Amino acid sequence: MSLFGQGIFEALRLLVTGDPEVWQITWLSLQISATATLLSLLIGVPLGALLALSRFPGRAVAVSLVNTGMGLPPVVVGLFVTILLWRNGALGFLELLYTPTAMIAGQLVIAAPIVTGLTLAAVQQVPEVFRLQMLGLGASRLQMIWVLLKEARLPMLAAVMAGFGGVISEVGASMMLGGNIKGSTRVLTTATVLETGKGNFDLAIALSVILLVITFLVNWALSWIQQRRRV
Amino acid sequence: MMARLLAGLWLAVSVGVPVAPAPALAQSNVVILSTTTSTQDSGLLDVLVPMFEKKSGLTVKTISVGTGQALALAARGEADVTLAHAPSVEKKYVEEGKMFNRRLVMYNDFVIIGPADDPAKIKGLPKAVDALKRIAESQSRFVSRGDKSGTHVLEQGLWKQAGIEPKGAWYIESGQGMGQTLGIANDRRAYALTDRGTYLAFQKRVDLPILVEKDRPLLNIYSVMEVNPANGPRVNVAGGKAFAEFVLAPETQAVIKDFGADKYCQPLFVPIAGKKDEDL
Repeated sequence: MSLFGQGIFEALRLLVTGDPEVWQITWLSLQISATATLLSLLIGVPLGALLALSRFPGRAVAVSLVNTGMGLPPVVVGLFVTILLWRNGALGFLELLYTPTAMIAGQLVIAAPIVTGLTLAAVQQVPEVFRLQMLGLGASRLQMIWVLLKEARLPMLAAVMAGFGGVISEVGASMMLGGNIKGSTRVLTTATVLETGKGNFDLAIALSVILLVITFLVNWALSWIQQRRRV
Repeated sequence: MMARLLAGLWLAVSVGVPVAPAPALAQSNVVILSTTTSTQDSGLLDVLVPMFEKKSGLTVKTISVGTGQALALAARGEADVTLAHAPSVEKKYVEEGKMFNRRLVMYNDFVIIGPADDPAKIKGLPKAVDALKRIAESQSRFVSRGDKSGTHVLEQGLWKQAGIEPKGAWYIESGQGMGQTLGIANDRRAYALTDRGTYLAFQKRVDLPILVEKDRPLLNIYSVMEVNPANGPRVNVAGGKAFAEFVLAPETQAVIKDFGADKYCQPLFVPIAGKKDEDL
């Protein structure tokens, strides 16, 4: 059997037999990335809407910054946040390094600009006339933003998918911030790196397959919501 | 509504993330061990760490990186105890007072592997240094870790002894772990210096035989060191000491002695607690 075949077979075997370590790693990956995405929505949606609707000097620079942030290299984020969280670092007193919380923090920094940028684009594509009409009909500014966000919810689901996809698949920040500690901060991507280093290629492929399946299932559910109203 | 259900599900997954233990109070229960990749990749720590945690009631956070980084982290007070394998670098840190109580734990050995047709004609040479000289003279491809790991430090020491500064198209620096480096060496039909444990683990996928072995400079000696609390705030001195004592204890040394015998048909490490560098 080819190495890929072996890996896929191994993935099925691990999932079906309910290998506790693999399940724990999978569950932790989901928890960390789902939490980071959720938090990035709480920051990114208001920020993106604000940037889309307000006009102020330096707005162009702010928008460019957000767009640059959408491509932040995870290793760079990992390195900076790690240095902040070191015992010697500015936030060392929190003693968060090598914990799932630290990984969530890193992933939040990666996902927040993605969600902000895509929200910005989604809100901006709602026609200006619609906004003016609402204000003309006596809606308050907050009411208007709420309606706009509802109107833009389909493209915003794309923001959720992009944010989640960005963080569940990244390895650089998770490795540095979590330390790939067995049973505590080992996630699918870091475990894949470890097993490759150990020469356990079939297990590494199995973990990759599980990661792909999870990402697919999450995106499939989100796409389903996004697409069904279009019919 | 399906959408609400999904949003609820997402929330449910998000909550209940195992968050960090409460700061300050809990810290004395956590020991940060900075160590080299080989101790983790070989699986040895997967055996030793749970043993220690059970015995001491402490939690170990193993940060497995190259020896250079493991020592640098400890010197900044970012770890409590270090298990490394680069005696020359370790002694420097001990002299500077960053680390103390350096004690030998175990050893295994390095080997030089290469293509079976052996273009540099090094097979069976008793001295590793002579082998490297011939590789350089014949400009045969050699893959180096190039990452300041214990293996890389030893390799650099050998080049220095040979009076050669390796550079040129034949000298490839991978910048990666031992496993990946073996893969590159295999692909390029090149020579490489590797620890025997990783080589055994990759035997099935690496078609390069051992050409030089059993030379004294090829000994791969692992030591444990405690971290000077002056290096930074929050160094867990007692925890680091407890782990160091644990790896040197007779029961642990007995476990190290047998480790790997079932999987590779030969033990991967020889325990040497109590010995000194000069004894080997």
